[in-house]
Amino acid sequence: MNVEDLLLHHEVSQFIYREARLQDNHEYDAWEALWTDDGVYWIPANGDTSDPELEMSIIYDNRSRIALRVRQFHTGKRYSQSPRSPLRRVISNVEILENDGTALVVTANAIVFEAHARGDTIWGSRNEYQLRREGGTLRMAGKKVVLTNNERALYSMAFLI
Amino acid sequence: MSTCASVIPITNANPEPRAWGDLVRENQVHGSLYTDPTIFQEELRKIWFRTWVYVGHESEVPKPNDYVMKSIGPEPILMTRDREGRIHLLHNRCPHRGNRVCMTEKGSARSFTCPYHGWTFTNDGALRGYPFPSGYEGVDRSELGLGKVARVASYKGFVFGSMAQEGPSLEEHLGAAMQAIDALCLTSPEGEVEVTAGFLKHKVKSNWKFLVENETDGYHPSFVHASIFEVAKSGIGSLYSSDSTAVSRYFGQGHSENDLRPEFRKRDVPMSWFNTTADRLPEYTRSMEAAYGVEQARKIMIDGTPHIMIYPNLFIAEIQIFVIQPLAFNESVQHVTALQFKGAPDLNRRLRQQTMGSVGPAGFLLADDAEMYERTQLGVQAKSPEWLYLGRGKHRERTDENGYLIGDATDETPTRGIWRHYRSLMEAA
Repeated sequence: MNVEDLLLHHEVSQFIYREARLQDNHEYDAWEALWTDDGVYWIPANGDTSDPELEMSIIYDNRSRIALRVRQFHTGKRYSQSPRSPLRRVISNVEILENDGTALVVTANAIVFEAHARGDTIWGSRNEYQLRREGGTLRMAGKKVVLTNNERALYSMAFLI
Repeated sequence: MSTCASVIPITNANPEPRAWGDLVRENQVHGSLYTDPTIFQEELRKIWFRTWVYVGHESEVPKPNDYVMKSIGPEPILMTRDREGRIHLLHNRCPHRGNRVCMTEKGSARSFTCPYHGWTFTNDGALRGYPFPSGYEGVDRSELGLGKVARVASYKGFVFGSMAQEGPSLEEHLGAAMQAIDALCLTSPEGEVEVTAGFLKHKVKSNWKFLVENETDGYHPSFVHASIFEVAKSGIGSLYSSDSTAVSRYFGQGHSENDLRPEFRKRDVPMSWFNTTADRLPEYTRSMEAAYGVEQARKIMIDGTPHIMIYPNLFIAEIQIFVIQPLAFNESVQHVTALQFKGAPDLNRRLRQQTMGSVGPAGFLLADDAEMYERTQLGVQAKSPEWLYLGRGKHRERTDENGYLIGDATDETPTRGIWRHYRSLMEAA
């Protein structure tokens, strides 16, 4: 690994950690600003090979639906997040799988601890990011969250994962 | 539906007869109905393992030898289609040592082999063979097949099972709900709905009855869903306002609905029920007009699809179906998928997109409903007051031209009917 690769890996890791912090802290607007205008936020159900254009996904948001999701939080009446779940997540195993100079495919593992009135829940996932450099900074063009237990019945998960 | 991990054992002991009238009154129900594990056990026997319960849709096993894992209450059930095309509901339990004979959600199989000792069963449940058969000399193989759900019947592709050998027929059980299923199917240019988009499985820490009651509760949407109505400029909110002309209705047999057609007819705009207009679905409109004629198609497209809770576990919610599964007195799963109308690809895509937005663990609507179920479950564990009040709209309840009880859009007519039915089921020996 040369120095450029190391710097890129550091930059990518810092981006993903920042996203994690914004999610944990419910900083919805700052999180939304990480997205490109054509971003897609996808959380498949029933494994990770289903086709979201034909089968149910837990979330399959285009950019305008991501904005709608954020606006719903801001009403203060999104009761599944009012009160907000205290969250803390650990991101690890950050790897750059593809890099063509401007677009990157990155994968990472995540463990999210959620506190909720129903009880505490631990969510595990493998996350895949499509990152793109726009105006010198990285943005998210795609995020796919493959929950480890997405073939089973899941409790509500209305925070940003 | 691989959701049986936390199933609690089913007791067979017959408890002392309960005085149900002390728990279910005309305008009130006792909180212990949601929190008492022994009542839950009795419900499994008297409701879930006795009455007709929705299991799955024929389109989930389209070809001979297809199968899918389903459930009746906490009980795992295999819905299979044999090589002749007949549908069977089998208990997923080897008659030898009790092992599961199938661990894969769905697929195609002529037979199921228990991994423990190799017993093999055809997909109609019959024992095909066991290894080292000389050890079973003189044994009657016909007695050693997979357990079968006693009665299986379907209506327009919706497959129901009853574990009781005898009882009302499916038609008698469905009653007026059959007309709602008919109306649903009419929304397809080919007269059929399909269940092909895969399920979201949403677990809640709540008694199943809170879910059933909520499905045709027209009082909560203005409050629980205010956040999404506010930001999405949805037309749903006004359907459940106090000046809505929509009605709530109780059909008997536990079935209830929110009939939104009066509002849609007032609007007089085809596809308004889907919050859109016909010109945005040109293909669908053309196929509907070709199938039913311009005038009839227009009527169907104004009326839209039903919002009906078919007791105890099938909720048809206009664009999707929910299948309610109880796991324990305080744990339930909602299996949800978009309805797909045969011959309507442009509509189907939007049905899937809208369903994904609204339901499931992160849905704009359902995550908030689920929050309410869980909070009510926590709430009823508090000591006082012991009773829940169901009297809304009692003074203005009336009977429609078909003899069904109706109330205003936000009234608790459906809930009171559901509880009267519950009481009659639980009072039966």
